[in-house]
Amino acid sequence: MIHFTDVYKRYPNNYEALSGLSFDLDEGEMAFLTGHSGAGKSTLLKLIALIERGSHGQVIVGNQNLSSLPKRKIPFYRRQIGIVFQDHNLLHDRTVFDNVALPLVIAGEGHREIGRRVRAALDKVGLLSKERNLPIALSGGEQQRVGIARAVVNRPPILLADEPTGNLDPELSREIMNLFEQFNQVGVTVFVATHDIALIQTLPYRQVILKQGRLDD
Amino acid sequence: MTNYLLRHLQVMLFSLGRLWRQPVASLMTITVIGIALVLPAGLFVLSENMSSLSNRWDSASQITLFLQKELTPQQAQQLSDELKEWSTIEQLHYQSAEQSLDEFRQLSGLGEVLDSLPSNPLPAIIIVEPSDEGAEKATIGKLVTQLNDLPQVEQAQLDMEWLQRFRSINKMVQRGISILAILLSLSVVLAIGNTIRLAILSRESEIRVMKLVGATDRFIRRPFLYTGFWYGFLGGLFAWVTLVLTMGLLSGPVSELAGHYGSDFSLHWFGGFLFLILPFTGAMLGISGAWLAVGRHLHLIEPS
Ligand SMILES: Nc1ncnc2c1ncn2[C@@H]1O[C@H](COP(=O)(O)OP(=O)(O)O)[C@@H](O)[C@H]1O
Ligand SMILES: [Mg+2]
Repeated sequence: MIHFTDVYKRYPNNYEALSGLSFDLDEGEMAFLTGHSGAGKSTLLKLIALIERGSHGQVIVGNQNLSSLPKRKIPFYRRQIGIVFQDHNLLHDRTVFDNVALPLVIAGEGHREIGRRVRAALDKVGLLSKERNLPIALSGGEQQRVGIARAVVNRPPILLADEPTGNLDPELSREIMNLFEQFNQVGVTVFVATHDIALIQTLPYRQVILKQGRLDD
Repeated sequence: MTNYLLRHLQVMLFSLGRLWRQPVASLMTITVIGIALVLPAGLFVLSENMSSLSNRWDSASQITLFLQKELTPQQAQQLSDELKEWSTIEQLHYQSAEQSLDEFRQLSGLGEVLDSLPSNPLPAIIIVEPSDEGAEKATIGKLVTQLNDLPQVEQAQLDMEWLQRFRSINKMVQRGISILAILLSLSVVLAIGNTIRLAILSRESEIRVMKLVGATDRFIRRPFLYTGFWYGFLGGLFAWVTLVLTMGLLSGPVSELAGHYGSDFSLHWFGGFLFLILPFTGAMLGISGAWLAVGRHLHLIEPS
Protein backbone atom coordinates (compact mmCIF):
# COMPACT_ATOMS: atom_id res chain seq x y z
CA MET A 1 0.00 0.00 0.00
CA ILE A 2 2.83 2.36 0.90
CA HIS A 3 6.23 1.91 -0.74
CA PHE A 4 9.32 4.00 0.02
CA THR A 5 12.36 3.45 -2.19
CA ASP A 6 15.63 5.24 -1.33
CA VAL A 7 13.80 8.35 -0.17
CA TYR A 8 15.65 11.50 0.89
CA LYS A 9 14.13 14.63 2.31
CA ARG A 10 16.21 17.75 2.52
CA TYR A 11 14.50 20.85 3.94
CA PRO A 12 15.12 24.27 2.37
CA ASN A 13 17.61 25.05 5.15
CA ASN A 14 19.64 22.09 3.84
CA TYR A 15 18.84 19.90 6.84
CA GLU A 16 18.50 16.31 5.74
CA ALA A 17 15.58 14.86 7.71
CA LEU A 18 15.33 11.55 5.86
CA SER A 19 18.23 9.69 4.24
CA GLY A 20 17.96 6.70 1.90
CA LEU A 21 14.76 5.39 3.38
CA SER A 22 13.22 2.18 1.97
CA PHE A 23 10.31 0.23 3.43
CA ASP A 24 6.88 -1.16 2.52
CA LEU A 25 3.57 -1.27 4.26
CA ASP A 26 1.04 -3.81 3.03
CA GLU A 27 -2.59 -3.17 2.38
CA GLY A 28 -4.57 -3.71 5.57
CA GLU A 29 -1.45 -3.68 7.72
CA MET A 30 -1.14 -1.76 10.99
CA ALA A 31 2.30 -0.48 11.98
CA PHE A 32 3.95 1.96 14.37
CA LEU A 33 6.52 4.53 13.40
CA THR A 34 8.89 5.20 16.28
CA GLY A 35 12.17 6.89 17.01
CA HIS A 36 13.63 9.70 19.08
CA SER A 37 12.34 13.22 18.85
CA GLY A 38 13.66 14.74 15.63
CA ALA A 39 14.23 11.34 14.02
CA GLY A 40 12.02 12.24 11.09
CA LYS A 41 8.68 10.61 11.95
CA SER A 42 6.55 13.63 11.14
CA THR A 43 8.53 14.27 8.00
CA LEU A 44 7.86 10.74 6.81
CA LEU A 45 4.11 11.06 7.37
CA LYS A 46 4.12 14.45 5.61
CA LEU A 47 5.64 12.81 2.55
CA ILE A 48 2.79 10.30 2.49
CA ALA A 49 0.17 13.04 2.90
CA LEU A 50 1.96 15.20 0.32
CA ILE A 51 2.36 18.03 2.80
CA GLU A 52 6.02 17.83 1.84
CA ARG A 53 7.64 16.34 -1.23
CA GLY A 54 10.71 14.12 -1.19
CA SER A 55 13.97 15.48 -2.60
CA HIS A 56 15.00 12.16 -4.05
CA GLY A 57 13.68 8.60 -4.36
CA GLN A 58 10.25 7.19 -4.89
CA VAL A 59 7.11 7.21 -2.75
CA ILE A 60 4.23 5.13 -4.05
CA VAL A 61 0.89 5.12 -2.24
CA GLY A 62 -1.84 2.86 -3.54
CA ASN A 63 -0.87 2.77 -7.19
CA GLN A 64 0.07 6.43 -7.28
CA ASN A 65 3.65 7.58 -7.69
CA LEU A 66 3.57 10.76 -5.63
CA SER A 67 6.42 12.53 -7.42
CA SER A 68 4.36 12.58 -10.62
CA LEU A 69 1.14 13.77 -8.98
CA PRO A 70 0.33 17.33 -10.16
CA LYS A 71 -0.52 19.94 -7.57
CA ARG A 72 -4.13 20.31 -8.63
CA LYS A 73 -4.75 16.62 -7.94
CA ILE A 74 -3.42 16.75 -4.39
CA PRO A 75 -6.82 17.55 -2.82
CA PHE A 76 -8.37 14.46 -4.39
CA TYR A 77 -5.42 12.33 -3.37
CA ARG A 78 -5.73 13.55 0.24
CA ARG A 79 -9.35 12.47 0.39
CA GLN A 80 -8.08 8.88 0.35
CA ILE A 81 -6.01 9.44 3.47
CA GLY A 82 -7.28 10.13 6.96
CA ILE A 83 -4.86 12.09 9.12
CA VAL A 84 -4.91 12.45 12.90
CA PHE A 85 -2.72 15.07 14.54
CA GLN A 86 -1.35 15.44 18.02
CA ASP A 87 -2.99 18.85 18.39
CA HIS A 88 -6.26 17.73 16.77
CA ASN A 89 -6.45 20.61 14.24
CA LEU A 90 -10.15 21.13 14.90
CA LEU A 91 -12.06 24.25 13.84
CA HIS A 92 -12.96 25.94 17.07
CA ASP A 93 -15.85 28.01 15.79
CA ARG A 94 -17.73 24.97 14.51
CA THR A 95 -19.59 22.25 16.33
CA VAL A 96 -18.33 18.71 16.70
CA PHE A 97 -20.80 17.68 14.03
CA ASP A 98 -19.58 20.32 11.57
CA ASN A 99 -15.94 19.44 12.23
CA VAL A 100 -16.51 15.79 11.47
CA ALA A 101 -18.67 16.67 8.46
CA LEU A 102 -15.94 18.83 6.88
CA PRO A 103 -14.35 16.14 4.64
CA LEU A 104 -17.80 15.13 3.38
CA VAL A 105 -18.87 18.71 2.71
CA ILE A 106 -15.63 19.24 0.82
CA ALA A 107 -16.23 16.10 -1.21
CA GLY A 108 -19.68 17.45 -2.09
CA GLU A 109 -21.73 14.75 -0.36
CA GLY A 110 -25.47 15.21 -0.06
CA HIS A 111 -27.11 16.49 3.08
CA ARG A 112 -28.61 13.19 4.18
CA GLU A 113 -25.53 11.14 3.51
CA ILE A 114 -23.48 13.61 5.55
CA GLY A 115 -25.80 13.33 8.53
CA ARG A 116 -25.80 9.56 8.38
CA ARG A 117 -22.05 9.15 8.08
CA VAL A 118 -21.11 11.81 10.63
CA ARG A 119 -23.33 10.16 13.22
CA ALA A 120 -21.91 6.76 12.40
CA ALA A 121 -18.37 8.09 12.89
CA LEU A 122 -19.27 9.89 16.12
CA ASP A 123 -21.00 6.77 17.38
CA LYS A 124 -17.86 4.80 16.63
CA VAL A 125 -15.70 7.09 18.79
CA GLY A 126 -18.40 7.34 21.46
CA LEU A 127 -19.26 11.03 21.05
CA LEU A 128 -22.71 10.93 19.53
CA SER A 129 -24.14 12.85 22.47
CA LYS A 130 -21.69 15.73 21.94
CA GLU A 131 -22.40 16.52 18.31
CA ARG A 132 -23.81 19.98 19.11
CA ASN A 133 -20.88 21.00 21.33
CA LEU A 134 -18.01 23.22 20.34
CA PRO A 135 -14.59 21.51 20.57
CA ILE A 136 -13.59 23.86 23.37
CA ALA A 137 -16.22 22.23 25.61
CA LEU A 138 -14.56 18.82 25.27
CA SER A 139 -11.67 17.21 27.14
CA GLY A 140 -8.35 16.52 25.39
CA GLY A 141 -9.19 12.86 24.87
CA GLU A 142 -12.61 13.74 23.47
CA GLN A 143 -11.14 16.30 21.11
CA GLN A 144 -8.72 13.68 19.83
CA ARG A 145 -11.63 11.33 19.22
CA VAL A 146 -13.38 14.06 17.21
CA GLY A 147 -10.18 14.31 15.17
CA ILE A 148 -10.27 10.57 14.60
CA ALA A 149 -13.93 10.64 13.61
CA ARG A 150 -13.13 13.36 11.08
CA ALA A 151 -10.21 11.30 9.72
CA VAL A 152 -12.33 8.21 9.11
CA VAL A 153 -15.69 9.73 8.21
CA ASN A 154 -15.17 9.40 4.46
CA ARG A 155 -13.80 5.84 4.90
CA PRO A 156 -10.27 6.36 3.56
CA PRO A 157 -8.23 3.22 2.85
CA ILE A 158 -5.26 4.71 4.73
CA LEU A 159 -5.18 6.23 8.20
CA LEU A 160 -2.13 8.17 9.40
CA ALA A 161 -1.65 9.46 12.93
CA ASP A 162 1.16 11.68 14.21
CA GLU A 163 1.61 11.30 17.98
CA PRO A 164 -2.14 10.93 18.55
CA THR A 165 -1.65 10.12 22.23
CA GLY A 166 1.07 12.67 22.90
CA ASN A 167 -0.98 14.69 25.34
CA LEU A 168 -3.06 11.92 26.89
CA ASP A 169 -2.68 9.82 30.01
CA PRO A 170 -2.00 6.04 29.60
CA GLU A 171 -5.61 4.99 30.01
CA LEU A 172 -6.89 7.38 27.31
CA SER A 173 -3.93 6.51 25.10
CA ARG A 174 -4.90 2.87 25.23
CA GLU A 175 -8.47 3.73 24.26
CA ILE A 176 -7.27 5.70 21.28
CA MET A 177 -5.00 2.85 20.13
CA ASN A 178 -7.93 0.56 20.54
CA LEU A 179 -9.92 2.67 18.09
CA PHE A 180 -7.11 2.45 15.55
CA GLU A 181 -7.06 -1.31 15.94
CA GLN A 182 -10.79 -1.44 15.25
CA PHE A 183 -10.37 0.50 12.03
CA ASN A 184 -7.53 -1.79 11.04
CA GLN A 185 -9.75 -4.80 11.64
CA VAL A 186 -12.16 -3.56 8.96
CA GLY A 187 -9.33 -3.32 6.44
CA VAL A 188 -7.88 0.16 6.85
CA THR A 189 -4.11 0.46 6.53
CA VAL A 190 -3.02 2.20 9.74
CA PHE A 191 0.33 3.92 10.34
CA VAL A 192 0.84 5.60 13.72
CA ALA A 193 3.88 7.68 14.67
CA THR A 194 4.52 7.64 18.39
CA HIS A 195 7.31 7.58 20.93
CA ASP A 196 5.09 6.00 23.56
CA ILE A 197 7.22 2.83 23.67
CA ALA A 198 5.58 1.51 26.80
CA LEU A 199 2.20 1.44 25.10
CA ILE A 200 3.19 -0.12 21.79
CA GLN A 201 5.32 -2.85 23.39
CA THR A 202 2.07 -4.35 24.62
CA LEU A 203 0.61 -4.44 21.09
CA PRO A 204 1.37 -7.07 18.44
CA TYR A 205 2.17 -4.77 15.52
CA ARG A 206 5.24 -4.13 13.43
CA GLN A 207 7.44 -1.15 14.29
CA VAL A 208 9.24 1.01 11.76
CA ILE A 209 12.05 2.58 13.75
CA LEU A 210 13.79 5.77 12.65
CA LYS A 211 17.13 7.04 13.89
CA GLN A 212 18.34 10.35 12.55
CA GLY A 213 16.41 9.99 9.35
CA ARG A 214 17.51 6.42 8.67
CA LEU A 215 15.88 3.08 9.18
CA ASP A 216 17.16 1.48 12.38
CA ASP A 217 16.97 -2.31 12.28
CA MET B 1 -26.60 20.29 -11.33
CA THR B 2 -29.29 21.27 -8.82
CA ASN B 3 -26.96 19.89 -6.19
CA TYR B 4 -24.24 22.22 -7.46
CA LEU B 5 -26.51 25.25 -7.40
CA LEU B 6 -27.77 24.29 -3.99
CA ARG B 7 -24.23 24.20 -2.67
CA HIS B 8 -23.53 27.62 -4.14
CA LEU B 9 -26.65 28.95 -2.47
CA GLN B 10 -25.49 27.43 0.81
CA VAL B 11 -22.08 29.07 0.60
CA MET B 12 -23.74 32.34 -0.38
CA LEU B 13 -25.97 32.31 2.69
CA PHE B 14 -23.14 31.03 4.86
CA SER B 15 -21.01 34.03 3.83
CA LEU B 16 -23.90 36.38 4.54
CA GLY B 17 -24.28 34.73 7.94
CA ARG B 18 -20.64 35.43 8.70
CA LEU B 19 -21.10 39.13 7.93
CA TRP B 20 -24.20 39.13 10.09
CA ARG B 21 -22.28 37.71 13.03
CA GLN B 22 -19.89 40.66 12.96
CA PRO B 23 -22.44 43.41 12.42
CA VAL B 24 -20.34 46.41 13.42
CA ALA B 25 -17.29 45.56 11.34
CA SER B 26 -19.44 44.55 8.38
CA LEU B 27 -21.53 47.69 8.58
CA MET B 28 -18.43 49.86 8.60
CA THR B 29 -17.07 48.20 5.47
CA ILE B 30 -20.48 48.43 3.78
CA THR B 31 -20.74 52.11 4.68
CA VAL B 32 -17.32 52.87 3.23
CA ILE B 33 -18.28 51.14 0.00
CA GLY B 34 -21.69 52.79 -0.01
CA ILE B 35 -20.21 56.26 0.30
CA ALA B 36 -17.68 55.54 -2.44
CA LEU B 37 -20.54 54.47 -4.71
CA VAL B 38 -23.01 57.19 -3.78
CA LEU B 39 -20.67 60.00 -4.83
CA PRO B 40 -20.43 59.22 -8.54
CA ALA B 41 -24.07 58.09 -8.61
CA GLY B 42 -25.22 61.35 -7.04
CA LEU B 43 -23.15 63.44 -9.42
CA PHE B 44 -24.52 61.41 -12.30
CA VAL B 45 -28.08 62.24 -11.25
CA LEU B 46 -27.14 65.89 -10.88
CA SER B 47 -25.53 66.09 -14.29
CA GLU B 48 -28.40 64.22 -15.99
CA ASN B 49 -30.79 66.70 -14.46
CA MET B 50 -28.65 69.57 -15.68
CA SER B 51 -28.70 68.09 -19.18
CA SER B 52 -32.45 67.70 -19.23
CA LEU B 53 -32.77 71.25 -17.94
CA SER B 54 -30.56 72.57 -20.74
CA ASN B 55 -32.55 70.57 -23.29
CA ARG B 56 -35.75 72.29 -22.17
CA TRP B 57 -34.07 75.65 -22.64
CA ASP B 58 -32.90 74.48 -26.01
CA SER B 59 -36.44 74.33 -27.38
CA ALA B 60 -37.14 77.68 -25.77
CA SER B 61 -34.18 79.33 -27.44
CA GLN B 62 -35.01 82.16 -29.85
CA ILE B 63 -33.22 84.58 -32.11
CA THR B 64 -33.87 88.29 -32.02
CA LEU B 65 -33.37 90.18 -35.29
CA PHE B 66 -32.70 93.88 -34.82
CA LEU B 67 -33.79 95.44 -38.11
CA GLN B 68 -32.11 98.30 -39.95
CA LYS B 69 -33.48 101.67 -38.85
CA GLU B 70 -34.39 102.70 -42.44
CA LEU B 71 -36.62 99.69 -43.00
CA THR B 72 -40.28 100.60 -43.51
CA PRO B 73 -42.95 98.46 -41.86
CA GLN B 74 -43.91 97.17 -45.32
CA GLN B 75 -40.35 96.04 -45.99
CA ALA B 76 -40.23 94.43 -42.58
CA GLN B 77 -43.47 92.59 -43.32
CA GLN B 78 -41.98 91.41 -46.61
CA LEU B 79 -38.92 90.11 -44.81
CA SER B 80 -41.17 88.29 -42.37
CA ASP B 81 -43.01 86.61 -45.20
CA GLU B 82 -39.73 85.48 -46.79
CA LEU B 83 -38.41 84.07 -43.55
CA LYS B 84 -41.62 82.14 -42.96
CA GLU B 85 -40.69 79.94 -45.91
CA TRP B 86 -37.43 78.79 -44.26
CA SER B 87 -37.56 75.22 -43.02
CA THR B 88 -35.33 76.09 -40.11
CA ILE B 89 -37.81 78.62 -38.81
CA GLU B 90 -40.99 77.73 -36.99
CA GLN B 91 -42.54 81.06 -36.11
CA LEU B 92 -41.94 84.77 -36.38
CA HIS B 93 -43.13 87.64 -34.35
CA TYR B 94 -42.77 91.15 -35.66
CA GLN B 95 -42.58 94.07 -33.30
CA SER B 96 -42.45 97.59 -34.66
CA ALA B 97 -40.16 100.27 -33.27
CA GLU B 98 -43.19 101.92 -31.62
CA GLN B 99 -44.22 98.67 -29.96
CA SER B 100 -40.67 98.20 -28.75
CA LEU B 101 -40.76 101.66 -27.25
CA ASP B 102 -44.11 101.02 -25.59
CA GLU B 103 -42.92 97.79 -24.13
CA PHE B 104 -39.77 99.39 -22.82
CA ARG B 105 -41.75 102.25 -21.38
CA GLN B 106 -43.97 99.88 -19.44
CA LEU B 107 -41.17 97.69 -18.23
CA SER B 108 -38.78 100.44 -17.23
CA GLY B 109 -41.13 103.12 -15.99
CA LEU B 110 -38.95 105.72 -17.68
CA GLY B 111 -41.83 107.20 -19.66
CA GLU B 112 -40.94 110.87 -19.15
CA VAL B 113 -37.31 110.41 -20.10
CA LEU B 114 -38.31 108.59 -23.26
CA ASP B 115 -40.85 111.26 -24.15
CA SER B 116 -38.14 113.89 -23.98
CA LEU B 117 -36.05 112.11 -26.62
CA PRO B 118 -36.16 113.64 -30.07
CA SER B 119 -36.68 110.31 -31.84
CA ASN B 120 -37.31 106.65 -31.01
CA PRO B 121 -33.89 105.07 -30.27
CA LEU B 122 -35.25 101.54 -30.46
CA PRO B 123 -35.27 99.43 -33.64
CA ALA B 124 -38.07 97.24 -34.89
CA ILE B 125 -37.38 93.61 -34.15
CA ILE B 126 -38.41 90.19 -35.38
CA ILE B 127 -38.32 87.40 -32.87
CA VAL B 128 -37.54 84.13 -34.62
CA GLU B 129 -38.42 80.78 -33.11
CA PRO B 130 -36.36 78.11 -34.85
CA SER B 131 -38.07 74.91 -35.92
CA ASP B 132 -36.88 71.63 -34.39
CA GLU B 133 -34.57 71.26 -37.39
CA GLY B 134 -33.14 74.73 -36.93
CA ALA B 135 -32.79 74.46 -33.17
CA GLU B 136 -30.37 71.58 -33.28
CA LYS B 137 -26.98 72.34 -31.85
CA ALA B 138 -25.27 71.90 -35.21
CA THR B 139 -27.63 74.13 -37.21
CA ILE B 140 -28.53 76.94 -34.85
CA GLY B 141 -25.17 78.64 -35.31
CA LYS B 142 -25.54 78.51 -39.10
CA LEU B 143 -29.03 79.94 -38.86
CA VAL B 144 -27.81 82.87 -36.81
CA THR B 145 -25.08 83.60 -39.37
CA GLN B 146 -27.54 83.43 -42.25
CA LEU B 147 -29.87 85.84 -40.52
CA ASN B 148 -26.96 88.15 -39.69
CA ASP B 149 -25.99 88.27 -43.35
CA LEU B 150 -29.41 89.55 -44.45
CA PRO B 151 -29.09 93.20 -45.59
CA GLN B 152 -32.28 94.16 -43.73
CA VAL B 153 -30.89 92.92 -40.45
CA GLU B 154 -28.62 95.03 -38.32
CA GLN B 155 -27.90 92.22 -35.94
CA ALA B 156 -29.16 88.72 -35.20
CA GLN B 157 -28.71 87.61 -31.64
CA LEU B 158 -29.13 84.16 -30.19
CA ASP B 159 -30.70 84.81 -26.82
CA MET B 160 -29.17 81.80 -25.19
CA GLU B 161 -25.48 82.00 -25.81
CA TRP B 162 -24.89 81.20 -22.20
CA LEU B 163 -26.63 77.91 -22.86
CA GLN B 164 -23.56 76.85 -24.81
CA ARG B 165 -21.40 77.72 -21.87
CA PHE B 166 -23.71 75.83 -19.57
CA ARG B 167 -23.42 72.84 -21.88
CA SER B 168 -19.63 72.91 -21.93
CA ILE B 169 -19.55 73.13 -18.18
CA ASN B 170 -21.88 70.19 -17.95
CA LYS B 171 -19.74 68.22 -20.36
CA MET B 172 -16.73 68.98 -18.20
CA VAL B 173 -18.63 67.90 -15.11
CA GLN B 174 -19.62 64.66 -16.80
CA ARG B 175 -16.04 63.89 -17.69
CA GLY B 176 -15.03 64.67 -14.13
CA ILE B 177 -17.68 62.26 -12.89
CA SER B 178 -16.31 59.51 -15.12
CA ILE B 179 -12.83 59.97 -13.74
CA LEU B 180 -14.16 60.14 -10.20
CA ALA B 181 -16.23 57.00 -10.79
CA ILE B 182 -13.19 55.11 -12.01
CA LEU B 183 -11.08 56.21 -9.05
CA LEU B 184 -13.78 55.41 -6.53
CA SER B 185 -14.46 52.03 -8.14
CA LEU B 186 -10.79 51.29 -7.77
CA SER B 187 -10.95 52.28 -4.13
CA VAL B 188 -13.95 49.98 -3.61
CA VAL B 189 -12.01 47.11 -5.16
CA LEU B 190 -9.03 47.82 -2.93
CA ALA B 191 -11.13 48.30 0.21
CA ILE B 192 -12.91 45.00 -0.30
CA GLY B 193 -9.67 43.33 -1.31
CA ASN B 194 -8.08 44.44 1.92
CA THR B 195 -11.05 43.32 4.01
CA ILE B 196 -10.96 39.91 2.35
CA ARG B 197 -7.21 39.72 2.87
CA LEU B 198 -7.72 40.20 6.60
CA ALA B 199 -10.49 37.61 6.56
CA ILE B 200 -8.16 35.15 4.86
CA LEU B 201 -5.38 35.79 7.36
CA SER B 202 -7.72 35.38 10.31
CA ARG B 203 -8.80 32.01 8.90
CA GLU B 204 -5.32 30.80 8.12
CA SER B 205 -5.43 27.76 10.38
CA GLU B 206 -8.89 26.87 9.16
CA ILE B 207 -7.69 27.03 5.55
CA ARG B 208 -4.77 24.73 6.45
CA VAL B 209 -7.11 22.18 7.98
CA MET B 210 -9.45 22.32 4.99
CA LYS B 211 -6.58 21.73 2.60
CA LEU B 212 -5.44 18.80 4.75
CA VAL B 213 -8.77 17.06 4.46
CA GLY B 214 -8.83 17.49 0.70
CA ALA B 215 -10.37 20.89 -0.05
CA THR B 216 -9.65 22.23 -3.52
CA ASP B 217 -8.58 25.84 -4.00
CA ARG B 218 -11.92 26.46 -5.64
CA PHE B 219 -13.77 25.24 -2.56
CA ILE B 220 -11.72 27.43 -0.22
CA ARG B 221 -11.99 30.43 -2.52
CA ARG B 222 -15.76 30.33 -2.83
CA PRO B 223 -16.87 31.73 0.55
CA PHE B 224 -14.37 34.59 0.25
CA LEU B 225 -15.65 35.50 -3.20
CA TYR B 226 -19.19 35.47 -1.87
CA THR B 227 -18.11 37.65 1.04
CA GLY B 228 -16.74 40.14 -1.49
CA PHE B 229 -19.99 39.87 -3.42
CA TRP B 230 -22.05 40.68 -0.33
CA TYR B 231 -19.91 43.64 0.71
CA GLY B 232 -20.25 45.14 -2.77
CA PHE B 233 -23.93 44.31 -3.16
CA LEU B 234 -24.91 45.66 0.25
CA GLY B 235 -22.66 48.69 -0.25
CA GLY B 236 -24.53 49.35 -3.51
CA LEU B 237 -27.88 49.06 -1.74
CA PHE B 238 -26.64 51.40 0.96
CA ALA B 239 -25.64 53.90 -1.73
CA TRP B 240 -29.05 53.61 -3.36
CA VAL B 241 -30.93 54.20 -0.13
CA THR B 242 -28.70 57.17 0.71
CA LEU B 243 -29.29 58.64 -2.72
CA VAL B 244 -33.05 58.19 -2.59
CA LEU B 245 -33.21 59.81 0.84
CA THR B 246 -31.10 62.73 -0.38
CA MET B 247 -33.29 63.18 -3.46
CA GLY B 248 -36.36 63.07 -1.24
CA LEU B 249 -34.91 65.90 0.82
CA LEU B 250 -33.98 67.92 -2.28
CA SER B 251 -37.02 67.47 -4.49
CA GLY B 252 -39.29 69.77 -2.47
CA PRO B 253 -36.96 72.78 -2.45
CA VAL B 254 -36.07 72.20 -6.13
CA SER B 255 -39.70 72.29 -7.29
CA GLU B 256 -40.23 75.35 -5.15
CA LEU B 257 -37.24 77.05 -6.74
CA ALA B 258 -38.41 76.04 -10.23
CA GLY B 259 -41.83 77.46 -9.33
CA HIS B 260 -40.30 80.85 -8.65
CA TYR B 261 -38.98 80.81 -12.21
CA GLY B 262 -42.34 79.79 -13.60
CA SER B 263 -41.04 76.35 -14.47
CA ASP B 264 -42.58 72.97 -13.75
CA PHE B 265 -39.12 71.39 -13.60
CA SER B 266 -38.71 68.64 -11.05
CA LEU B 267 -35.78 66.36 -10.23
CA HIS B 268 -35.51 63.14 -12.14
CA TRP B 269 -34.42 60.40 -9.72
CA PHE B 270 -33.31 57.54 -11.96
CA GLY B 271 -34.38 55.47 -8.93
CA GLY B 272 -35.21 52.29 -10.84
CA PHE B 273 -32.14 52.48 -13.02
CA LEU B 274 -29.83 53.04 -10.07
CA PHE B 275 -31.57 50.34 -8.05
CA LEU B 276 -30.46 47.90 -10.73
CA ILE B 277 -27.07 49.38 -11.43
CA LEU B 278 -25.71 50.24 -7.97
CA PRO B 279 -25.94 46.85 -6.22
CA PHE B 280 -24.89 45.13 -9.43
CA THR B 281 -21.84 47.35 -9.91
CA GLY B 282 -21.03 47.01 -6.22
CA ALA B 283 -21.23 43.23 -6.44
CA MET B 284 -18.95 43.15 -9.48
CA LEU B 285 -16.40 45.38 -7.77
CA GLY B 286 -16.67 43.27 -4.61
CA ILE B 287 -16.01 40.04 -6.44
CA SER B 288 -13.05 41.66 -8.24
CA GLY B 289 -11.58 42.82 -4.94
CA ALA B 290 -12.05 39.38 -3.42
CA TRP B 291 -10.40 37.75 -6.44
CA LEU B 292 -7.45 40.04 -6.03
CA ALA B 293 -7.01 39.11 -2.36
CA VAL B 294 -7.70 35.42 -2.86
CA GLY B 295 -5.29 35.19 -5.77
CA ARG B 296 -2.51 36.80 -3.81
CA HIS B 297 -2.92 35.14 -0.43
CA LEU B 298 -4.68 31.80 -0.62
CA HIS B 299 -1.96 29.80 -2.31
CA LEU B 300 0.57 31.00 0.25
CA ILE B 301 -1.30 29.11 2.95
CA GLU B 302 -0.33 25.46 2.80
CA PRO B 303 -0.45 22.83 5.52
CA SER B 304 2.86 22.27 7.28
N1 LIG C 1 10.13 22.64 7.84
C1 LIG C 1 11.36 22.26 8.33
N2 LIG C 1 12.43 22.96 7.97
C2 LIG C 1 13.66 22.59 8.44
N3 LIG C 1 13.88 21.55 9.25
C3 LIG C 1 12.82 20.81 9.63
C4 LIG C 1 11.50 21.14 9.19
N4 LIG C 1 10.66 20.23 9.71
C5 LIG C 1 11.40 19.41 10.47
N5 LIG C 1 12.70 19.74 10.41
C6 LIG C 1 13.78 19.04 11.06
O1 LIG C 1 13.81 17.71 10.59
C7 LIG C 1 14.08 16.84 11.67
C8 LIG C 1 13.00 15.81 11.75
O2 LIG C 1 11.84 16.45 12.18
P1 LIG C 1 10.50 15.64 12.41
O3 LIG C 1 10.19 14.90 11.17
O4 LIG C 1 9.48 16.60 12.88
O5 LIG C 1 10.93 14.64 13.55
P2 LIG C 1 10.01 13.85 14.59
O6 LIG C 1 8.60 13.99 14.15
O7 LIG C 1 10.53 12.46 14.53
O8 LIG C 1 10.26 14.46 15.93
C9 LIG C 1 14.21 17.68 12.92
O9 LIG C 1 15.55 17.89 13.20
C10 LIG C 1 13.56 18.98 12.55
O10 LIG C 1 14.20 20.05 13.19
MG1 LIG D 1 6.93 14.81 15.09
